[in-house]
Amino acid sequence: MEQDIQTWVNLAAYLGGGLSIGFGAIGAAIGEGYTASQANSAISRNPALAGDVFKSMLVGQAIAESASVFALVVAMILLFSNIPADSFVTVAAVFAAGLSMGFGAIGSGVGAGFPAGAACVGMVRQPSVSGKLTTNMLIGSAVCQTPSIFALVVSFILIFSDFGSYPLWPTWGAILGAGLAAGLSAIGSGIGGGIVAGASSEGIARQPAAVTPVTNIMLLGQAIAQTPAILGLLVAFILIFKEFGASDTIAPAMALLGSGLCMGIGGIGPGIGEGIASSGGVKWIARNEKDIGTLTRTMLVGMAVAESTAIYAMVISLVLIFVV
Amino acid sequence: MAIEGADLIKAAAFLGAGLSMGLGAIGPGVGEGMAAAKACEAIGRNPKEAGLLTRTMLVGQAVSESTGIYSLVVALLLLFVV
Repeated sequence: MEQDIQTWVNLAAYLGGGLSIGFGAIGAAIGEGYTASQANSAISRNPALAGDVFKSMLVGQAIAESASVFALVVAMILLFSNIPADSFVTVAAVFAAGLSMGFGAIGSGVGAGFPAGAACVGMVRQPSVSGKLTTNMLIGSAVCQTPSIFALVVSFILIFSDFGSYPLWPTWGAILGAGLAAGLSAIGSGIGGGIVAGASSEGIARQPAAVTPVTNIMLLGQAIAQTPAILGLLVAFILIFKEFGASDTIAPAMALLGSGLCMGIGGIGPGIGEGIASSGGVKWIARNEKDIGTLTRTMLVGMAVAESTAIYAMVISLVLIFVV
Repeated sequence: MAIEGADLIKAAAFLGAGLSMGLGAIGPGVGEGMAAAKACEAIGRNPKEAGLLTRTMLVGQAVSESTGIYSLVVALLLLFVV
C-alpha cells in the first residue's frame, strides 16, 4: 500500500480541521452558557429590566463566540484550501495548526463568559450604571480574546509557511511543539483574563464611583495574566523560525516536541492563577478604594509568585531547544 | 531510520522532562493565585494588618511552590543526569 505525500497532507489537514473546531467549540459554549445562566438569575431578580439584560447577554455571548469563529475559520481553511504538499513536514504543520487554534480557543471562550455574566447581574443591581458596565464588559472580554488571536497567528503561519527545505527529522517535532505551545498556553491566559474582567464588572456594579481605578487595575491584571500566553507565543516562534540541523536519531525531535508541550501545559496554571489573584485585588479595590496602594502591591506580588512556575516551564523549554 | 535503545531512552527523557515541568506548573500556578486573591480580600477587610497578611501569603505561596520546584528538579535530572 503506497501513499504519497499529498495523501498524508490531506489526512493531517482533515484531522487538524476536525480537532480545531472540536476543541474550539468547548470554550465558547461554556462561556456563553455561563452568561445565559447569570442573565436568567438577573432577570428573575428584576423582570422589568429583562430587555436590557437580554441585550447585554447577547452582546457578551457574541464576543465569547469570536474565539470559536476563529477555530471555524481555521477548520474551513484546512478542509477546503489546497495545501501544496512537497514535504512530510507539511503534514505536521497542518495538524499542528489545527491543534493550536483548537486549544487556543478554549480559554478565551470560557473567559469572555465571566465579564458578560457579571455585567448582566450588575445591570439589575445598579441599572443607572449599565452604560459603564457594558463598556467595562466590552473592554474586558476583548482583552480575553488576545490569547486566541496569538493561537490564530501561529496556526496561519503554520498553514501558509513553506517548510519544504527543512529536514523532516527533527523539524516535525519543532512544528508540532510550536502549535501545542501557542495553543495550550492560551487556555490559562484566556480563562485568567476572564476571571479578572468578571471581578471588575461585579465591582463596578457594587461601587459605581470606583469605575476608573477598577478599570485601570483590571487592565493591569489582565495584561499580567496574558504573560504565559506571550511566553507560549515566544517559544512557538522560536520553534518555527529556528533552523534545526538534520538528525538521524529520534531524540532531537522529541526534545523539541517536549519543549512545546512543556511551555504549553506549563502556561495553563499560572494564567488561571494570576487571574484569580488579580480578581481578588480588583474586587476589593472596588469595595475599599482608599487602600488601593496596598491592595495593588499585594496583588502584584501574588501574581509574580504565581508566574514563577511559567518561568520554570520556559527555562526548561529553552534548555530543551538550545542546550540538549 | 534505525532506532537504537539509547536513542529511544534519550527521546523519552526529553519528552518526560517537558511533561514533568509542564504538568507540574499547573497546580502551583492556580494555588498561588488563590492564596493571593484571599490575601487581597483580607487586606481589603482589614488594611491595618497588611504586613502580616502579605507575609502569611508569601509563606503559603512558598509552600505551594514546592511541588513546582520538585517538577523543575525532576525535569533537570531527566535532562542532564539520567
